[in-house]
Amino acid sequence: MAHGTPPTQLTNPLMRWVEHRMPVFAFMDQHLNKYPTPRNLNYFWNFGSLAGIILVIMIVTGIFLAMNYTAHTDYAFNSVERIMREVNYGWLIRYIHMNGASMFFIVVYIHIFRGLYYGSYKSPRELLWILGVVIFVLMMATAFMGYVLPWGQMSFWGATVITNLFSAIPVIGPEIVVWMWGGFSVDNPTLNRFFALHFLLPFVIVGVVILHLVALHTHGSNNPLGIDKKGPQDAIPFHPYYTVKDMFGFAVFFVFFAAFVFFAPNYLGHPDNYIPANPLVTPAHIVPEWYFLPFYAILRAVPDKLGGVALMFGAIAVLAVAPWLDTSKVRSAAFRPVYKILFWVFAVCCVVLGWVGAMPAEGIYLTIARIASAYYFIHFLVILPILGKVERTLPLPTSISAAVLKQGSGMVAGAPAEKP
Amino acid sequence: MAQHGGHQPNHGAEGETRRDFLYLAAGGMGAVGVAAAAWPFLRSWSPAADTLALASTEVDIASIREGQAVTVTWRGKPVFVRHRTADEIKQAADTPLNQLPDPQPDARRSAAGKPQWLIVVGVCTHLGCVPQGQRPSETRGEFGGWFCPCHGSHYDTSGRIRRGPAPKNLEVPPVTFLTDTSIRIG
Ligand code: HEM
Ligand code: FES
Repeated sequence: MAHGTPPTQLTNPLMRWVEHRMPVFAFMDQHLNKYPTPRNLNYFWNFGSLAGIILVIMIVTGIFLAMNYTAHTDYAFNSVERIMREVNYGWLIRYIHMNGASMFFIVVYIHIFRGLYYGSYKSPRELLWILGVVIFVLMMATAFMGYVLPWGQMSFWGATVITNLFSAIPVIGPEIVVWMWGGFSVDNPTLNRFFALHFLLPFVIVGVVILHLVALHTHGSNNPLGIDKKGPQDAIPFHPYYTVKDMFGFAVFFVFFAAFVFFAPNYLGHPDNYIPANPLVTPAHIVPEWYFLPFYAILRAVPDKLGGVALMFGAIAVLAVAPWLDTSKVRSAAFRPVYKILFWVFAVCCVVLGWVGAMPAEGIYLTIARIASAYYFIHFLVILPILGKVERTLPLPTSISAAVLKQGSGMVAGAPAEKP
Repeated sequence: MAQHGGHQPNHGAEGETRRDFLYLAAGGMGAVGVAAAAWPFLRSWSPAADTLALASTEVDIASIREGQAVTVTWRGKPVFVRHRTADEIKQAADTPLNQLPDPQPDARRSAAGKPQWLIVVGVCTHLGCVPQGQRPSETRGEFGGWFCPCHGSHYDTSGRIRRGPAPKNLEVPPVTFLTDTSIRIG
């Protein structure tokens, strides 16, 4: 990456030698130290770095699980039980991995809603947003395939139902499903390829995260006011201000995470997954992991197979095009009084979808699921385009510093490069 | 593609079309090469030879009494063998085809000349769950056949979809009667 700063003044000869051949220190200085960041970021801006640390935790725990896991239908379930009972600290590594997947989704969902609230997806950050949606889709694929690996009842039937979604594709659908299975049902070939892909995809996610960060550092972070930085007085250097704040966020988050790992490790899971897979008996109520429930509710809300599958995938696709559906020039909901309310209505709608997704698909639940699914799409396809045109937004502050320091002039604490 | 310098004026225009052609041809060859190289990898996901060769299943049906049903495995999937009662047969045969989402007469689904035997693949055509209704303790749904609890599909006594999200009737596998009391599936 080209940047105009002169190389850092290095005294250590080894560092100078490296720097001359590959300017890593200048790069780190630019992106982790000096990197000018809006001075007014709130705690919702912690969730990106939180997602990053969980990705690292998932990869580390995953690799150690893989050292004891056997990807064969006859042994998979027992190999996971062996990890739990015989391998030293195997229970810990597995519980971190298992709950880490849930933590990952909690953090990423907050991260996404943060973006929706503060309009972070708007120009010039559309590509950054789309890369985020790509990461989200890859995460879902990874978590889905990981859940198949322990080969319990939910693993097997979740895999069966989800792979069967593709049979809804006209004409070639059924053949695609047989191709994905490598047989005539979910079986050993399926388990094997899912393991290989579950191992691979997190590293693909790392790659897309890097692109996500390149896009981020091109225009810098959005902020709670949703207005651009107008000068140095609007920014503070990343280090120490946000490095410290991110570390603090990690500490708080790890307490939350550890509470699940040590005190309720199976709370977010389904007990049926401790029953070995039985291809002849479907559990009476199959539910996906909680993080898929809103999408599952949309799938079941539609009485038509192809329609249900199309809307379920559409629910994710519509996120990717949100930058073009939202016609408002104002980013932050702080200055959009109507959007601010409708944002929360939408958030509640998503929670309702998650709730009905866990309920049997009949009676009142089905009705609620249909209304909520319809509203989900109305929010994106009707409200966002029209609201941007008709809403009377509040006057924007002249600059970030003007708004947060009340007066943009005078003594500016923590001006760039001024470390305390 | 504007090229600057290095070209003789006379050959400029011609050179550019030739160059464009070479780009296209090379790019096209490259694309074909990539597709050809990808094919073996994509095909490696299709069922392997030994999976395809999975033997057919033979079932002794002598012990299945009227009104009873058994589940057997064929190609890793459950197959429902049901010995239907006269009532169930009549129900299936009397249903007008225009009431069916996937119209098929019962006679084309039950065993030829032996309407008491209905043999269907026990995989819901919605998203692949195993419907309930084989055991006496399980619900058979509103049409007396099977009920899929996953997303609520009801099948009738001919294994035809009547209500719910499933688009098709339960699949009828190839069945041969070896004797009156033994069948081969597949
Ligand atoms: C994006 C990051 C990842 C996510 C979201 C994820 C998710 C999951 C989930 C949900 C499970 C099922 C847990 C259970 O119920 O037991 C699982 C299992 C597993 N994962 Fe991951 N995983 C990730 C990264 C990795 C990596 C990088 C590896 C290996 C290199 C790995 C190896 C395994 C293994 C061996 C299992 C089976 C053992 C078990 O079930 O606990 N995972 N994963
Ligand atoms: S799988 Fe049977 S109704 Fe969905």
